[in-house]
Amino acid sequence: MSRVVEMKQITKVFPGTVANDHIDFDVERGEIHVLLGENGAGKTTLMNILYGLYKPTSGDIYIDGVKEEIRSPNDAIALGIGMVHQHFMLVENFTVAENIVLGNEPSTRGILDMEAARAAVRDVSDRFGLAVDPDARIEDISVGLAQRVEILKALYRGAEILIMDEPTAVLTPQEIDDLGTILKNLTREGKSIILITHKLKEVLEMSDRTTILRRGAVVGTVRTSDTTADELAEMMVGRQVSFSSDKQEKQAGNVILHVDKLTVKDHRGIEAVRQVSFDVREGEILAIAGVDGNGQKELVEALTGLIATESGRVTLCGCDITGKDPRTVIEAGTGHIPEDRHKRGLVLQSSLFENLILGYHYKPPFAKHGRMDPVKIVEHGNRLIEEFDVRTPSGSVTAGSLSGGNQQKVIVAREFYKDPPLLIASQPTRGLDVGAIEFVHKRLLELRDSNKAVLLVSLELDEVMKLADRIAVIYQGRIVGIVDAADATERMLGLMMAGGSPEGRTAADRTEGESA
Amino acid sequence: MKEKFTYVWSVIRLPVIAVVFGFLTGAVCIAVTGNNPVVAYIALFRGSLASIPGFGETMYKITPILFTGLAAAISFRCGLFNIGAEGQYVVASVAAIAISWFGQGLPRIFLLALILTAGFCAGGLWGGIAGFLKAKRGINEVISTIMLNWIALYLANYLVRIPLSPNVRAGLSPAGHSVVVPEVAKLTKLKAIVPAFGYSSAHTGIFIALISAVVMWYILFKTTVGYEIRTVGLNAQAAEYGGISKAKNTMLAMFLSGGLAGLGGAVQIIGLVYMVNQSPMLPGYGFTGLSVALVGNSHPLGCIPSALLFGILENGSRQMQLAGIPSEITSIISGVILVFIAGSLVIKLAGDRIKAKWGKRAMRTEQEGL
Repeated sequence: MSRVVEMKQITKVFPGTVANDHIDFDVERGEIHVLLGENGAGKTTLMNILYGLYKPTSGDIYIDGVKEEIRSPNDAIALGIGMVHQHFMLVENFTVAENIVLGNEPSTRGILDMEAARAAVRDVSDRFGLAVDPDARIEDISVGLAQRVEILKALYRGAEILIMDEPTAVLTPQEIDDLGTILKNLTREGKSIILITHKLKEVLEMSDRTTILRRGAVVGTVRTSDTTADELAEMMVGRQVSFSSDKQEKQAGNVILHVDKLTVKDHRGIEAVRQVSFDVREGEILAIAGVDGNGQKELVEALTGLIATESGRVTLCGCDITGKDPRTVIEAGTGHIPEDRHKRGLVLQSSLFENLILGYHYKPPFAKHGRMDPVKIVEHGNRLIEEFDVRTPSGSVTAGSLSGGNQQKVIVAREFYKDPPLLIASQPTRGLDVGAIEFVHKRLLELRDSNKAVLLVSLELDEVMKLADRIAVIYQGRIVGIVDAADATERMLGLMMAGGSPEGRTAADRTEGESA
Repeated sequence: MKEKFTYVWSVIRLPVIAVVFGFLTGAVCIAVTGNNPVVAYIALFRGSLASIPGFGETMYKITPILFTGLAAAISFRCGLFNIGAEGQYVVASVAAIAISWFGQGLPRIFLLALILTAGFCAGGLWGGIAGFLKAKRGINEVISTIMLNWIALYLANYLVRIPLSPNVRAGLSPAGHSVVVPEVAKLTKLKAIVPAFGYSSAHTGIFIALISAVVMWYILFKTTVGYEIRTVGLNAQAAEYGGISKAKNTMLAMFLSGGLAGLGGAVQIIGLVYMVNQSPMLPGYGFTGLSVALVGNSHPLGCIPSALLFGILENGSRQMQLAGIPSEITSIISGVILVFIAGSLVIKLAGDRIKAKWGKRAMRTEQEGL
């Protein structure tokens, strides 16, 4: 096998940090090579160097054995390198064909030749078995299809080497399977693929080789078939990581949160949550699983008083909190880890000290008669920073200056300090690396073991299956079913997430297309 | 100590640089008009700072704009843009004159307290209207406060001409167009306490303004009320999530903001002007207040040096004119300062945004621009 890409001793220094430290990395023709590492390990920097977005401080790049200098993405494309970014770069109200040829349109004497464009698209999609309708508009198709269009776009431009940045983040389990098939087909055609990811399961399922980065340096390159998830995780994090949940059998107690036929409208006035009923009990984690945009956000915001409820009843510890304002809901005993830590969870320009009292800032000992006690607030902040291991130079820096994982720790610390009977955790590990995910999971299980009720909303099936005692699947605002985690399989949940029946899958695609 | 200094410098760096550039640009303009910038600036500062009466003149210039500066600052802190300090100032000045007339018989100290309270409340309610509309109906406060400015002006003109007019109250036809403050309701002149203030019109209102600045600082940074207002201003969604009512704090901030502008109006009437006239135009202090707050970094204590700067420019311009330099130069200086501050705020905001959200997108745009 020939090496299509060889990066030798690549170093990239940003002011204050070494993002890539003498990295050696190579890709063979027709293989899927995963770049694995935590957030900030330098994966994306390395790929941006290969794609010409950054210039390396030192080091050489060889494409097909020839030393090349890649100064811009133009150079990269000319060398047959294509990149599919995590967030798609498609024009929503253009058709598939228009998007694919964009930037390289076939034309006759300056006039766009759409027929030739469609033919070219059909040609590429036939050749690689990537079925798409060239005349569909991007806004009407599902996320999975949009990703396919991105891949086609790169192939249309003649990509031999395809870089994919976190491609599975937005997909349902079935779509991830489809993507795996697509990638296998591409390698059979002689294409080489570099996958950037931090999800171990996908690494094991999809790749031929894996290169693990940690803090800007290569830890090792392994043949995927010779390794295990535990081994990869250890290389990635630098220590042993436990995946098997040490969840103990536990009898759930009294009902803490009782939701009865709750209906909520979203900001457009459309019913986003329809007639939803469930209970969360002491000492259990109830997970709401589902594809993004099926009413989870509205459900959580209605439960926490952030948006109005249309009808139905919500009872917390026996007291009716339907339609109450957020402060009443908090005082009734709710902790809430919001899904968007930048928008809801933190005041990014404020200090950690100020962020760590949000929600109980008006209560003793932090405030008495409306006067805040800076000494108590700083003491409290320092204690939580220490206890929850928030990595920060001090508590007086702004929340915005921390990394995502540390920001999440600040929120977790603040909400756990309340010691609430009910914790609503909405996508508590979104965007976090393995170490931080492990931390949050451990804390959530501890809360459950101390007999609190936890409502977990998550898009990650692994997370749901690992943590939950019971799993409720939400689809188009309705609870499709509630199952015991012990009986649940990924396949079954995946089908429920798409509407409950195999036919429902197409329906799911359509809904996603609308929300995308 | 060093850390503290670094922090303070990081906050005041922008206004300081803007001021330096403002004066440099002013110097260029003076030189272009064929004058010596050094002579001009010496006249400017000597006239406004070097003598006690001269400084007194600066102090009375500072008084109203410090109030309106504080008003703007507190609205900025809550994420609001109160352009209505003008109108709040006007309604409060009418309230002040009304109380001073009808309360003439009261003991002086009690009367003064009543006037100031009335001014604060009148301005506060006027600002509160905009706050209420914003909180309950989502009406943009910029629009509503501008509209309320004109309503305030014509309402004041009517009140001064008819119900409050001494002529009308004496049963005569409405001929007068101003109402005068009775002697008992006037604030003390500083020269009555310290004769060295000589010809200057400085009055004790400056102390009321300084105390207001300190009180506002305390409220904003040391109380839960201030914590909530600031949190709403920085991130309204996070505030709501933390059980802080956006509506309540919007109304409260607009009330406090209007109240401060109103206090400024009342103090100006009983401290300096001694009368309320019918007027074809708004007084303009509210707009200067926006500049004061911007240069003062929306910090109540920062508004003090900032108001001092604008006071110096306004007072010193007369002295510069005496030295043969066009007084419009000071307008150029303050204009340049504002452009620098507003410009760099825009750049900073845009920069933060790009950093926070669009790091990835910036990269992609680069790629898409091929």
